[in-house]
Amino acid sequence: MNAIAVPATGARGTSRWALATEALAARGGLVLLLCGLIVFLTVPLVMILVRSVEDRAGEFVGLANFLLYVQSPSLAQSTRNTLSFAALTTATTVPLAFLFAYAIQRSCIPSKGLWRNIAMIPILAPSLLAAIAFIYLFGNQGVFKFMLGWFGLNSIYGMPGMVMAMTFASFPHAVMILMAALALSDARLYEAADSMGTSDVRKFMTITLPGAKYGLISAAMVVFTMAVSEFGVPKVIGGNTSVLAVDIYKQVIGQQNFSMGAVVALVLLIPAVVAFIIDHTVQRKQQALLTARSVPYQPHPTALRDRLLLAFVIVVSALLLIVVGMAAIGSLIKVWPYNMELTLRHYTYGFEEYGIEHAYRNSLVMATWCAALGATITFAGAYWLEKTRGADLLRPAIRFQALLPMAVPGLVLGIGYILFFNLPANPLNFLYGTMAILVISTLVHFYSSSHLTAVTALKQIDGEFESVSASLKVPFYKTFWRVTVPVCLPSILDIGRYYFVNAMTTISAVVFLYSPKTTLAAISILHLDEAGALGSAAAMATLIVLTSAVVTAVTFTLEWGLIRRTQKWRNTAKT
Amino acid sequence: MADDSAAVRLEGINKTFGSFVALKSIDLAINAGELVCFLGPSGCGKTTLLRVIAGLEQQTSGRIWQNGRDISNAPPAARDYGIVFQSYALFPNLTVAQNVGYGLVNRRKGRSELDARVNELLTLVGLPDAGLKYPSQMSGGQQQRVALARALATSPSLLLLDEPLSALDAKVRERLRGEIRQLQRRLRVTTIMVTHDQEEALSMADRVVVMNHGVLEQVGTASDVYERPETPFVADFLGKCNVLKATALGGGRYRVGQVDLTLPEDGKAAGESVRIYVRPEDRHVDGDISGHPNRLRGRISHIDYLGTFCLAELECEALGQPVVISYSLNQLHDLGVREGGDVEIALRVDRVRVFPERATT
Repeated sequence: MNAIAVPATGARGTSRWALATEALAARGGLVLLLCGLIVFLTVPLVMILVRSVEDRAGEFVGLANFLLYVQSPSLAQSTRNTLSFAALTTATTVPLAFLFAYAIQRSCIPSKGLWRNIAMIPILAPSLLAAIAFIYLFGNQGVFKFMLGWFGLNSIYGMPGMVMAMTFASFPHAVMILMAALALSDARLYEAADSMGTSDVRKFMTITLPGAKYGLISAAMVVFTMAVSEFGVPKVIGGNTSVLAVDIYKQVIGQQNFSMGAVVALVLLIPAVVAFIIDHTVQRKQQALLTARSVPYQPHPTALRDRLLLAFVIVVSALLLIVVGMAAIGSLIKVWPYNMELTLRHYTYGFEEYGIEHAYRNSLVMATWCAALGATITFAGAYWLEKTRGADLLRPAIRFQALLPMAVPGLVLGIGYILFFNLPANPLNFLYGTMAILVISTLVHFYSSSHLTAVTALKQIDGEFESVSASLKVPFYKTFWRVTVPVCLPSILDIGRYYFVNAMTTISAVVFLYSPKTTLAAISILHLDEAGALGSAAAMATLIVLTSAVVTAVTFTLEWGLIRRTQKWRNTAKT
Repeated sequence: MADDSAAVRLEGINKTFGSFVALKSIDLAINAGELVCFLGPSGCGKTTLLRVIAGLEQQTSGRIWQNGRDISNAPPAARDYGIVFQSYALFPNLTVAQNVGYGLVNRRKGRSELDARVNELLTLVGLPDAGLKYPSQMSGGQQQRVALARALATSPSLLLLDEPLSALDAKVRERLRGEIRQLQRRLRVTTIMVTHDQEEALSMADRVVVMNHGVLEQVGTASDVYERPETPFVADFLGKCNVLKATALGGGRYRVGQVDLTLPEDGKAAGESVRIYVRPEDRHVDGDISGHPNRLRGRISHIDYLGTFCLAELECEALGQPVVISYSLNQLHDLGVREGGDVEIALRVDRVRVFPERATT
């Protein structure tokens, strides 16, 4: 037994060289991450600022572009349209989403899992899908066009269609936030209220609503930002209603006026940044709302309330399914509504006819790269940021830039990329027009949420793993590989899936960056719509939904299998 | 300045977090083979001090020597210690054997040598057959032992224990206390344990380091700190104490209310305001106490029934304040002590401490 007691024989066995390697790995990872964020996020954004004070020839003109912008009546009109579009979308989405989330978290309706999954369907689709579906339903040849008159409308094109389509697209995001907010509840507050004989209405007004207050604000901000920066929906169903996002596109792609594009991008950035700051502040307060001693609320059946909520949930789910179903059906019909024969030609000849036969394959390639690289970089980046030692001055800068993309609309990021990577003097100029720049811009655009997912997963595991491995002279990167990655694998898969689905559906940043060779499926919908090929546009949208759905199902199955296989060590929260 | 005889020597350790002073000029030498407990209320800096020794926190100033080697700025991996955390930090996806062998894998030892060492360690902590289990399949006490085996695997010369028992049930905690102590003695490994549980510290430690607000209040054996506390904080923090407001009369005599007490302790000038610290057990209650000085008469106003010992609050008019005294359960019954009853006791003054009033506020 004495063998154990002998100290110091090789206990200091860690060589200087090994220690230096470890320190280098810790700091090197952080420096790489910081450089990546600076080059692919901050510098392009700064380029927008620079270009906004230059004229077309690149001469400094001060605020002349801004003056021009303020004086232009059409741009002012766009600003008003954008704000009312965003406000109306928020006003329709948030109440619907709140009721939906309330039904799932606080009532006893059956099949909650089913309704929740249906509510998430719009995430799998490009926002354009809803716009196309509404054209099928209420457009000039729409089957339900006659219904528009009931609401005093004469055309779906313009604000009504935009708001409806955007409500569809933003609904799941609002539902997720509100479900999370309503999941945080202290049953004892309700018990205390019951013991004092409080009415249901009063409990709702004094406990439920205040408890979900921050969630409501947060949901409103997210929906508002999505609508402000939405490009596809107004482009397809906006008719003559101009919005800022489309203006940017016209300025930059149509007129090659980069300076004015930069100015509009900055204007677009204002509401997005304000909403982001409000959301961020509010989320901190939300976290402080609940104590560790809170007891989660368990709803009790109440016949009338449950029936009404079930009816509401069924109606909303049906509407969501009708929208997706309409696009799918439209894609299978020869010439809506004149020749209702079923056909696959929109999928087969349709794409070739319009020269976009590579678009779907490009999207698959890009989404796969995004999923693989994104999951790796984001998780490793979050780990290096949260769990390594040294280089502490770099960390705040990385933390800030990791959250920055959340406040930056994709279009704005896209403009920044054009301005920066299109510079002939830029050594990274070779990226321009390649698949690589599409992948990078998408990674950056969706970095924040993924980063937060990774950070949350890392915070849930024991904070002392790195300390223990240091005491055992095992370098942190070995522990990362042997312990942290296996433990967090479900979250890593989640991140990969999130990148994949968003890469399939996004258009906002990449619309400025694709080349004829690298055109993407979601972008091709825009072209098909412009060319009047509604059937093929619907076909492409349907294809994207199916792909996202299959990939989501596969990842969930993988995660489920993984958790089952590892439940021997995963099942408890003891450690 | 480094003295090679100390396993760990701390000199002038300061640690601040922003404007918060976590550690203030800590000087301490820990001898090879001893078990030292850092004891104090939460926020007193005991865990910070442990983490500074481990290199997990960098001290703001001050130096650390381990076996004569200056490790003040060495990263954790360049220091020589094993550590057990309150949460154990066992790797959940690795088996118990893989956890214990985690630090051995690098050391270019053969598979069979490694297995033998892991088995040896698991036997040492009393879990010879647990190698193939995962941590989540074990009880808290067993996980704690696995963490201990893992910390000892590389034969460190120093073992750091950060509140290792506080996540366990009272019964398990008591058993493990003894086991850890026994193991530590057998291996003669220098050990520092952080705890807020005074019973744990007093029963296990060779020396107790009592800390408060980032300062070392007293360093000494269990009986030193309990029976001869050097500061009011130590007297108050360890066990219970009656604090009597008194005025020194000179020559070891003190006036409390209308009572004059004669204490062995002296050095206080007449007229000085002081506080006298008397523990509930520092009293004579049975037998003939008429020969004792410092007798008090009073009425029992309240009894806290605690089992083996009970605490009785004595209203003593002449004293001007109540005192709490303890009775063993037997004394309680034999002497017929009850709430509302009158009793006479004598203070036992050999362990009584007197502190100037200004030191106690």
